[in-house]
Amino acid sequence: MTKHHVETTVNGNEVEFLCATEQTLLDVLRDELYLTGSKEGCSSGDCGACSVMLDGRLVCACLVLGVEAQGRKVETIEGMASGDTLHPLQQTFLEHAALQCGICTPGILVAAKALLERNADPSETEVRFWLAGNLCRCTGYDKIVRAVLDTAAQMRGATSKSGKAAKKAVTEGA
Amino acid sequence: MNDMIIPDLVERELKVVGTRPLRPDGMDKVTGRAKFGADMHVPNMLIGRVLRSPHAHARIKSIDASKARALKGVKAVITADALCDLPSEFVPAGEMMVNFRDITRNVMARDKALYEGHAVAAVAATSDAVAAQALSLIEVDYEVLPHVIDVEKAMQPDAPLLHDDMYTIGADPKPEKPSNIAKRVEFGFGDLDAGFAKADVVVEREFTTKPVHQGYIEPHACLASVSEDGQAELWCTTQGQFIVRAFCAKLLGMEVSQLRVTASEIGGGFGGKTVVYLEPLALALSREACQPVKMVMSRTEVFQASGPTSGAKLWIKVGATKDGTVTAADALLKYQAGAFQGSPVQPGAMCAFAPYELENVRVIGFDVVVNRPKVAAYRAPGGPIAEFAVESVMDEVALKINMDPVDFRLKNAAKEGTRAPYGPKLGPIGLVQTLQAARAHEHYAAPLKANQGRGVASGFWFNIGGETCASLNVGEDGSVAMVVGTPDIGGSRASLSMMAAEELGIPLEHVHPIIGDTSSLGFNFLTGGSRVTFSSGMAIVQAAREVIEILRDRAAKLWEVPMEEVEWVDGHARFTGSGEAKSLSLVELAKTAGKTGGPIIGNAAINATGAGPSLATHLVDVEVDPETGAVKILRYTAIQDAGKAVHPSYVEGQMQGGAVQGIGWALNEEYIYDDKGRLENPGFLDYRIPVCSDVPMIDTVIVEVPNPNHPYGVRGVGETPIVPPMGAIANAVSHATGVRFTDLPMSPPRVLDAIDSNQAT
Amino acid sequence: MLAGKPECIATQYTSSNTHREGKTLEMDYQTPTSAEDAAGLLSKDGAHVLAGGTDLLVKLRAGMVAPKLVVDLKDVPRLRGIENDSQGWRVGAATPCAEIGEHAAFAAAWPGVVESLELIGSTQIQGRATLGGNLCNASPAADTVPALIAAGAVCEVVGVKGQREVPVEQIVTAPGQNSLARGEFVLGFRLPNPPARAGDAYLRFIPRTEMDIAVVGAGVALALDAKGVCTHARVGLGAVAPTPLLVGDGAKALIGTKVDGGALKALAAAASAACNPIDDKRGTVAYRIKVAGVLARRAAGIAYERATSRK
Ligand code: FES
Ligand code: FES
Repeated sequence: MTKHHVETTVNGNEVEFLCATEQTLLDVLRDELYLTGSKEGCSSGDCGACSVMLDGRLVCACLVLGVEAQGRKVETIEGMASGDTLHPLQQTFLEHAALQCGICTPGILVAAKALLERNADPSETEVRFWLAGNLCRCTGYDKIVRAVLDTAAQMRGATSKSGKAAKKAVTEGA
Repeated sequence: MNDMIIPDLVERELKVVGTRPLRPDGMDKVTGRAKFGADMHVPNMLIGRVLRSPHAHARIKSIDASKARALKGVKAVITADALCDLPSEFVPAGEMMVNFRDITRNVMARDKALYEGHAVAAVAATSDAVAAQALSLIEVDYEVLPHVIDVEKAMQPDAPLLHDDMYTIGADPKPEKPSNIAKRVEFGFGDLDAGFAKADVVVEREFTTKPVHQGYIEPHACLASVSEDGQAELWCTTQGQFIVRAFCAKLLGMEVSQLRVTASEIGGGFGGKTVVYLEPLALALSREACQPVKMVMSRTEVFQASGPTSGAKLWIKVGATKDGTVTAADALLKYQAGAFQGSPVQPGAMCAFAPYELENVRVIGFDVVVNRPKVAAYRAPGGPIAEFAVESVMDEVALKINMDPVDFRLKNAAKEGTRAPYGPKLGPIGLVQTLQAARAHEHYAAPLKANQGRGVASGFWFNIGGETCASLNVGEDGSVAMVVGTPDIGGSRASLSMMAAEELGIPLEHVHPIIGDTSSLGFNFLTGGSRVTFSSGMAIVQAAREVIEILRDRAAKLWEVPMEEVEWVDGHARFTGSGEAKSLSLVELAKTAGKTGGPIIGNAAINATGAGPSLATHLVDVEVDPETGAVKILRYTAIQDAGKAVHPSYVEGQMQGGAVQGIGWALNEEYIYDDKGRLENPGFLDYRIPVCSDVPMIDTVIVEVPNPNHPYGVRGVGETPIVPPMGAIANAVSHATGVRFTDLPMSPPRVLDAIDSNQAT
Repeated sequence: MLAGKPECIATQYTSSNTHREGKTLEMDYQTPTSAEDAAGLLSKDGAHVLAGGTDLLVKLRAGMVAPKLVVDLKDVPRLRGIENDSQGWRVGAATPCAEIGEHAAFAAAWPGVVESLELIGSTQIQGRATLGGNLCNASPAADTVPALIAAGAVCEVVGVKGQREVPVEQIVTAPGQNSLARGEFVLGFRLPNPPARAGDAYLRFIPRTEMDIAVVGAGVALALDAKGVCTHARVGLGAVAPTPLLVGDGAKALIGTKVDGGALKALAAAASAACNPIDDKRGTVAYRIKVAGVLARRAAGIAYERATSRK
């Protein structure tokens, strides 16, 4: 059976791969592109370990066909840090001990980032419902929710602070 | 072996232990770099898959794999005869004993398939699709046999028999006929009749619990490579690479040292990754194909074929006087083992009444086989089931004598010197402290509204030690490579390197931990029994003290003074003799190691003993919707004795995670079977583990009653937190509704039904 | 069938093996760019629609379907997007639910419908799942269907022979089966502009707070006159019969009343009486019958609140 030739963008890089129709985006990421940061916990959309962004929308990579990635933009956990700087969520998860085994962590980080991009000031309830599709069996969710709320606060603080800092620099320069 | 660390409870100022640094393996885990079981790819790799029985109980009359073998791309096909058949022999696995004859039959059915999902054949092929097609070409001729799922039905004399050579162990007289009852255990002392005669109030109830799965998010996965000369490597997600090596070597007829097992990062285990499933099959396939073979379970396979913990039927009777003294306690526990003997009924029976000081106590337990997957350890195996029932009855007794349930527990609480129901006298334990903390907690006095209820329950777990090796290698720049043999599930690389840094007096950043493979260290028992921070911690402390001895010796040589005049303080050798003060740091000594005697390493090989039980008390508030039976967890506080919390964040994490697993067990998790003995909910859609929006924050209180047998007073903490939740929640739901709940899970239909039938009466 | 949320009706896990039971798939994949082409491809033997994929991929993985051809509809014009004019609302059948939920004006017009689609699976699933898939998958427990029935939504059904309009309640005929002919698919949904003093609501019961299939679902849409008397009502129920139900007696219980305690009690009784459920791993017959009444009553209460607060 001939495979499909797919060209797509993953974490800003143009990539191409061959895949059969039945291969999911998760299969392709893990087994063709060796991006194993997205995890497979169920393959049925019930655990969220495979969470990725597809054209800016949070999806389960196990519920997307590889061929559907043609011409689209995929973002995975591997693209979350920039250079040697962690995303604030990654840093705060470490500080809060918001992971134990860490298998759910990539999916939760990707999902939480999508939330904070949409809602800079989520309530605890909003965080909990947004992350309801990301199962974690180790932590009981407590430290995860705290880490997300704390990151949101830090990022809001950073935005206003860096705004202030920029202003200050301008005045001083003048 | 058997070297023990001298208890060192002298008050000393701790610099690292007790703080909350970042974990050393954290970066890889937040960036997706960490490699878990299914994340490994190697050249020339085949994909393996397992053919599983569709029947709960069937005789395998024949297997014809010729068509599968003939399929292009298929490189190996195996059935049970690729593995050794082994005689009955008991070995420890986790806190349970396992039998090699049973292990080989569980990983691949011989003669009979004993549960739906039981492996009957396996293939390795050039792709997943070809492997899948090959499975559909294997023809198995089954003779379907009557099956039994329910524990009490399985105990009936006319029940379908799983093993016709099973005679109940521990039954007196020895039975003449085989049965599904594998074992009878009994613990206790005193005079029950006299005890109950003294009681003013007696409560007697029956309880049921359903099998629940550990629910780790990472499915079982491995990658095996056997070369033409029989040397083998295995990469797998496991709680114990040495146990995997031992089991696989036995099943494949290899020498243990021929097989090198590397533990991948592990995506949760909770006891469920203490045994083997795919690993021997991947090795056998690889041996046949002479190519690497990767195998990964689907979530369905995880539920169908890897171990849940037992479901059980329980009977509890407790008597007490009006002043709140328990006069007698009696229990009968019947645990499902799954298809092979080895339910955790024994530890369940041992810890059922362990939180209490009792004069007259008896617990009888039965281990019963049924046509379900063989149970595996699950966090405090056996304890949560028995203590759910006991804590429910204790609550009811307290209610009947009109006594506060915390006060009632305080009055009867086990403490140092109490004779445990299973025999020995207990050392120092922290139950009283957790109860006092519960009573003093603001949560305990907070007001409740209509349809709300508060529950309290305590829990006990033994914890274990065991065989442990560790080494510390001091590099020429003074950094320290730490090798331990116990897989890190929840942050143990952090707690262990903290103890190394504390001992050596160096900054934590200079300690670099790895989990060694089976060829890099001596034997290590697995990560289980809440033993890692305790046992590997002891080994690390011993290895560090060995390093310090060497460092003192090197400094003494350099200074040309007797070693007794060199002490180790804050990461430095210091001259204590008369004369000019001299000091050399670890870094300085490491740099000159080549000239002063060679590499500096510390090794420890110990059999850790003296693990201290950890006790906990949990408080929970619930609200019940009287029209739908939905139970909402409003507030939760977990209080536990950790001995010493080395990294308090990860201790809290264990408490929180255990509590939420307990919430799932209490409210929604269960294996549901159809009338053919097939599992109806083998997925996360209908096997309902708690999601983020189901639970509130889990407040924690860590109590520290040091374990005198550990240099830092550490007790295991990982298992105890799942013991109290079911009792606490059942008590809370009972108080919210006025109906006593005795069956788990308390799912909405059950709760509504109970409320409605109560109103009807 | 369009794809909807992961569902297990009609599907029971295949007994013979693991869920990846294997048949080699000679499976083709096409992305038609017109409704005609799509209908043509879907008329072929073994063709299967792919819209959101949240159902199809689960079934593929479980070996429950083995299509020869997967027809991905996302390039078909008008399958995606939300429009409004004086005639009412039109929602493309393959618009991801998350996108519908973010449409503020639609959410203000039909809050109950939006509630129902925001209950489908997880955030991740809502990023892919579609109204068309949720309906055509033909699960009795589909969350959006009772809400769409209550809202009086009508489907635009396209096939090789052209287009027809079908009320939502006429699509599902049995668990896993729908009334579409071979080659037909749902292009979009039409909903009226709600009148003044109208409101709708959807409630469902699940054991957890998220991620479960409905044990019972109830959608109510109603409108009031200036005096607060109910002039129009529609009641939809899910997961309590082989198909989602339009409960005529439920509407009768409300119309002409001020949606007071008595009317709500009558509604609950009508809803319970309409049920024809089964015992399964998600709930019992008795449980579903009782809770259907409770949820219909509670949903009507919320719809009434919305109607009175909407001028
Ligand atoms: S693997 Fe995709 S949701 Fe579980
Ligand atoms: S940290 Fe283990 S599943 Fe979340």
